[in-house]
Amino acid sequence: TKGPVRFASVGRIEKVLIANRGEIACRVMRTARKMGVRSVAVYSDADRHSMHVAMADEAYHIGPAPSQQSYLCMEKVLEVAKRSSAQAVHPGYGFLSENTEFAELCKQEGIIFIGPPSSAIRDMGIKSTSKHIMSAAGVPIIEGYHGEDQSDDKLKAEAARIGYPVMIKAVRGGGGKGMRIARSEAEFHEQLESARREARKSFNDDVMLVEKFVDNPRHVEVQVFGDQHGNAVYLFERDCSVQRRHQKIIEEAPGPGISAEVRRKLGEAAVRAAKAVNYVGAGTVEFIMDAQQNFYFMEMNTRLQVEHPVSEMITGTDLVEWQLRVAAGEELPLSQEEIALHGHSFEARIYAEDPNNDFLPGAGPLLHLSTPQGDECTRIETGVREGDEVSVHYDPMIAKLVVWGEDRSAALKKLRYCLRQYNIVGLNTNIDFLLSLSGHPEFEAGNVHTSFIPQHYKELFPTPQAPSSAVVCQAALGLLLQERTHTQEFRAQSEDVYSPFASSNGRRLNVLYCRNMALKLGENKVEVAVTYNHDGSYSMQIGGEVFHVSGQLEEEGGASYLRCSVNGVLSRPKLVIVDNTVHLFSMEGSSQVDVPVPKFLAGISASATQGGAVAPMTGTIEKVLVKAGDRVQKGDPLMVMIAMKMEHTIRAPKAGVIKKVFFKEGSQANRHAALVELQDEEEASAE
Amino acid sequence: SLFWSRSVQTAVARLYHADKVATLGSQPDSQSSVYQENYERMQALVKELKDRADKIKLGGGEKARKLHTSRGKLLPRERIDRLLDPGSPFLEFSQFAAYQLYGKEEVPAGGIITGIGRVSGVECVIVANDATVKGGTYYPVTVKKHLRAQEIAQQNHLPCIYLVDSGGANLPRQADVFPDRDHFGRIFYNQARLSSEGIAQIAVVMGSCTAGGAYVPAMADESIIVRKQGTIFLGGPPLVKAATGEEVSAEDLGGADLHCRKSGVTDHYALDDSHSLHLARKAVRSLNYRKKVDVTVEPPEAPLFPADELYGIVGENLKRNFDIREVIARIVDGSKFDEFKAFYGDTLVTGFSRIFGYPVGIIGNNGVLFSESAKKGTHFIELCCQRNIPLIFLQNITGFMVGREYEAGGIAKDGAKMVTAVACANVPKITVIIGGSYGAGNYGMCGRAYSPRFLYMWPNSRISVMGGEQAATVLATITKDQRAREGKEFTAEQEAAMKEPIIKRFEEEGSPYYSSARLWDDGIIDPADTRLVLGLSLSAALNAPTQKTRFGVFRM
Repeated sequence: TKGPVRFASVGRIEKVLIANRGEIACRVMRTARKMGVRSVAVYSDADRHSMHVAMADEAYHIGPAPSQQSYLCMEKVLEVAKRSSAQAVHPGYGFLSENTEFAELCKQEGIIFIGPPSSAIRDMGIKSTSKHIMSAAGVPIIEGYHGEDQSDDKLKAEAARIGYPVMIKAVRGGGGKGMRIARSEAEFHEQLESARREARKSFNDDVMLVEKFVDNPRHVEVQVFGDQHGNAVYLFERDCSVQRRHQKIIEEAPGPGISAEVRRKLGEAAVRAAKAVNYVGAGTVEFIMDAQQNFYFMEMNTRLQVEHPVSEMITGTDLVEWQLRVAAGEELPLSQEEIALHGHSFEARIYAEDPNNDFLPGAGPLLHLSTPQGDECTRIETGVREGDEVSVHYDPMIAKLVVWGEDRSAALKKLRYCLRQYNIVGLNTNIDFLLSLSGHPEFEAGNVHTSFIPQHYKELFPTPQAPSSAVVCQAALGLLLQERTHTQEFRAQSEDVYSPFASSNGRRLNVLYCRNMALKLGENKVEVAVTYNHDGSYSMQIGGEVFHVSGQLEEEGGASYLRCSVNGVLSRPKLVIVDNTVHLFSMEGSSQVDVPVPKFLAGISASATQGGAVAPMTGTIEKVLVKAGDRVQKGDPLMVMIAMKMEHTIRAPKAGVIKKVFFKEGSQANRHAALVELQDEEEASAE
Repeated sequence: SLFWSRSVQTAVARLYHADKVATLGSQPDSQSSVYQENYERMQALVKELKDRADKIKLGGGEKARKLHTSRGKLLPRERIDRLLDPGSPFLEFSQFAAYQLYGKEEVPAGGIITGIGRVSGVECVIVANDATVKGGTYYPVTVKKHLRAQEIAQQNHLPCIYLVDSGGANLPRQADVFPDRDHFGRIFYNQARLSSEGIAQIAVVMGSCTAGGAYVPAMADESIIVRKQGTIFLGGPPLVKAATGEEVSAEDLGGADLHCRKSGVTDHYALDDSHSLHLARKAVRSLNYRKKVDVTVEPPEAPLFPADELYGIVGENLKRNFDIREVIARIVDGSKFDEFKAFYGDTLVTGFSRIFGYPVGIIGNNGVLFSESAKKGTHFIELCCQRNIPLIFLQNITGFMVGREYEAGGIAKDGAKMVTAVACANVPKITVIIGGSYGAGNYGMCGRAYSPRFLYMWPNSRISVMGGEQAATVLATITKDQRAREGKEFTAEQEAAMKEPIIKRFEEEGSPYYSSARLWDDGIIDPADTRLVLGLSLSAALNAPTQKTRFGVFRM
């Protein structure tokens, strides 16, 4: 009973509105297109030129950039749904996806909400309720005692009931204060007293709760799917243990090291959970799992999760297609027995963020973006293209890289290979971090848990290595070849196209042309003495060492590759030159070399260390602390900026006199925009 | 001339079968002893040339260079490099100016670097003082080299950029620098005249411009000055003190602030050398200059034979014969040469070719000039002038044929025809002396006196009114005759003793270094670079608008 018969009933949904943006909107549209369902996009001011708008069959503007006034605005979304006569709304994840009221409103308007019934959303949205339901359905939950009886004996008895180790936690506690772990009955009393003492001191309240403590837990979740006919299946588990800032960063399916027995138990528990709330559509049951593979229900997410592709990859399904079919009233396309697990899949989330700065989220333009080639085993789920902007208004996720392999190690190898081909210039990303994470021996061994990053912090954040001299040579060659390209373009425009003066051979009479290229590696200056040899190669001297360098640029798939030879070693890194920085991406990693901006151009340059101060990221100017004519010392605060919900103080990069202030309070400054013009003390006095 | 005056279009590839051009040249027997000896000797000469040039490249002594750079100034060659379009070639002139000219005083490159390079896409003449050489003061040859650069600018219609950093005239030699027509004053005369012809004059003041030197920026169309580095004044602080007792610093007397804010002598204020060169590049961009090439151009092709084979073909021994066609084959595009009058007057080879896509008419010596060769040369020059095709002279000439028969045949008259044609031809003329350049042959083959746009010498070449051997013999014969009239004896020993210093002197004075030191040429070049140098020279020469040629009276 597959195929055309079932497709026929999808006929009920001819047009779907996607109440979302970014990669998930694009993801849904791809399946909709495949199924012949027309897609309707909505967009805010910030997304006018976004990829999801371009991909949709129709698109409607729904308001200004802040999501409260656009993507979260139910009335506007519903109005578009009516106006465009969409029969269904797909909420994606985030935004309105787990909003009971919205699901309810859709129902009232006769529009299919692609998701579970509002009751399931509500029940699962309240932690205590969901635990009760799960417990009743025989799903293991984290035991705990939250009672009023605070006597030592009662607490100890509860601890025994729950089973050691337990966590003793101040009810009013926070930030780890008033929190102790008792690993055995023997130490319970001591830990309880200690927790109480601290709680009294910190919160003036020593009411305690006792909970099961899971040491270095894993985060394991099960993809479930239900239909309107009472069926529910599981599509195996995902491991999403490795997290930063309590957010997932790398996910895989199936969970490493999980036995078939536990897998089945997990799945069945999850299906029980789904059935307990008459679940319809895609959902995820999250568990925490201890080292013995005991698992406990945490919560249920009543939406299609970000990391759903890994489950699709190992089961050969399209969950968005399932969502649409189930929403149209069909039965689940596959029964539990028909769902087979095959191979292993990873998803790495590529974010605009700075791993070296506590994963501070970023925003800005994607000046250069090149991705690995997508294929059956490699998916690039993204909602941005080169030239697009990662907006300050929304989630800074750039893409999800999803790979599949026959087994875990094959998939992991593929993941690393593809990550190296994922090259972004314009903003900080976590790609290098994902590489060191996925290359960590403990990760390779599958020993993942939620404290993975803090535990392996040292190896995951190695001291940055200065690029080798060979890399500096490559960068210098890249610059020379770029110069050559510019000359050729110029030559092509002239009337005198073949003049040898238009060549870039650096020829001098009877002597060799030698030029000094000043480059910068971070804050360190590097002098490269480049000699132009007659055969078109270069001799580059760095320090006392001479390198023989030659090569050419090759264009492939919109990216430039530097085919080069440094002392006979051939390589072909990807070359991106943006503004005054040379970026080289190779299988060994990425490196960047800066070209210092001459002093006389510093006033109009984008470099933070010269000229004035610049915006570290796109944001709003909160406060302006200086005015033209002010004399400032190095490090003096100039402005306060709010970006990504964080305050940033912009300080004077050097002493001098403020010549001009370019922004006023409340205005928006783009990343790298000059905020003030700062004049050297010396220059100022010369004026 | 309607056809030719059309603006350049890349000639459409219309290579019908019949249009295929036979190529020139043959593979030399590189194992032959003559080839090998030639090769080694020429290679040694080229090495000597490059070694000497490497030394000259350094400019003044280490101490002077250090002092210069310690002030935050760029060395003159670095200034030029940064002025030019990045990585583009620079056609430098007369590296060997003043070479061994002033006894113990070494004045590398004559204390001034001149040449042609592209600045913002425009071919410009660049004149840069080297302050590390005697403070950048003007020796007589410095003046000559500066004037020659201006002459090149005038003939080829190239904007001039002066990178000024000079103490002015070299006072001990003022008599040879100041008063005459082609002395210091001529520099400013030229600036005015060049400007009047629409040839831009841009000065960058990167050091001192004292006294007469002050007129370089003052006479320029547009000038740039580097703060705390460039100064311009008619009388420096010592002179002011001597004259009026006023004590004033150089910066206050004529620094950037004074001239950009008060006097208006300079137009642009630069923070440092790099900034001033950046401003100069911008000034050139604002010239609104477009090069219009008034000839057809075709995609260039490399010659079929490696250029270094010229070493083995030509060698050092001027008495050894070689076929000039083998030289041409290693210079021109695709070794293609449409020979003109191949069987007539064959001691002169003439024909059409292309170098870097530019059309050229080539005239090369293949032996002594006879009447036929001279007449053929004249005919060919007329053709090139008619068609606006630049002429390349590959000079290796002992002279016109002498002897009763030839005098009676009117060789003087026929030689005169060729000299007239060469003198009057207004198409760009470029001469390369690849061997001997003797006597009237020098005239017929466009020697320095015939104002070729550019004249280069190979390191093996020799230039003099006649060979040393011949001159010594002539002088010995005269003496012998005189002695004979006086009834005195003139022994073989006496004759040898008399001839030896003459031969030696001719040898010394005929050297390309002797010539280059005095600016009888525009530079000594590696034979292997000939094609490139000609290509660059042609490119520069084609900036000048086409001039019609009107020949004088040909004696028939």
